[in-house]
Amino acid sequence: MLDCRQASQLISKSLDRRLSWRERLEIRFHLFICKYCKRFSQQLTTMCTAINRMSQSIEHNQDIQLPSETKNRIANAIESTVD
Amino acid sequence: MSNNMHDWLNQHGDFLYRFALARLRDPHLAEDVVQETFLAAIKSPSFSGDSAPRTWLTGILKHKIIDMMRKNVREIAASDLMSEQDANMDEFFDDAGRWIEKPMDWDMPENALEQKQFLGVLQNCMDKLPAKLSALFMMRDVHETDNEEICKELNITKTNAWVMLYRARMGIRKCLEINWLGA
Repeated sequence: MLDCRQASQLISKSLDRRLSWRERLEIRFHLFICKYCKRFSQQLTTMCTAINRMSQSIEHNQDIQLPSETKNRIANAIESTVD
Repeated sequence: MSNNMHDWLNQHGDFLYRFALARLRDPHLAEDVVQETFLAAIKSPSFSGDSAPRTWLTGILKHKIIDMMRKNVREIAASDLMSEQDANMDEFFDDAGRWIEKPMDWDMPENALEQKQFLGVLQNCMDKLPAKLSALFMMRDVHETDNEEICKELNITKTNAWVMLYRARMGIRKCLEINWLGA
């Protein structure tokens, strides 16, 4: 029987690798009886989804631009590389 | 080539910067990799004109971003690596392995993930991670680098990696409960 510490560790591991069938069974059973770990598991999924959405919204936000000082710095660096 | 490069900087600089910022989440690092990308591009003979310049530059940028992440994670001193024991020594569970503070019902509204407030708190929580955890977390959860590859690249064991990722996720989750739900 897993306790909540062990369950939370396995849930985190499940984001990184495929669990063994035994581990999956243990987790499924634990989540069936423990609403707190079930919440925990959903929260980790929410965090992952949110982090991905954030990346996408940064990537598509036309208001975010390369600062003009940096643009000038890069332009100068290009010049001096060519010379 | 130099004229070309200046045009490309104007046409694609912002796009490349956003691409880098989405993955590195640090404006200074993002500016640096964009600069490195243009400097690498100008020295590279490999642009054939077959692919669109933007696609070609993005390919170079991706490598530069991964290099940057590697460098950040490599700076984790060996003494900061975590062992199996560290996973069990925490402030989250009692001796019997029960939650000390039980995860709360987040009761996410449908559009919570679009809410600026939630995303803002999440970013703050990620920023608060200790550097050693943050570097690995960015590589894995933001950049979705394969775990095996991370371990190989960084010369850390799988145990180090999972314990560090676990602690990073536990820390961010707790931080969200405190700062977003106001627990």
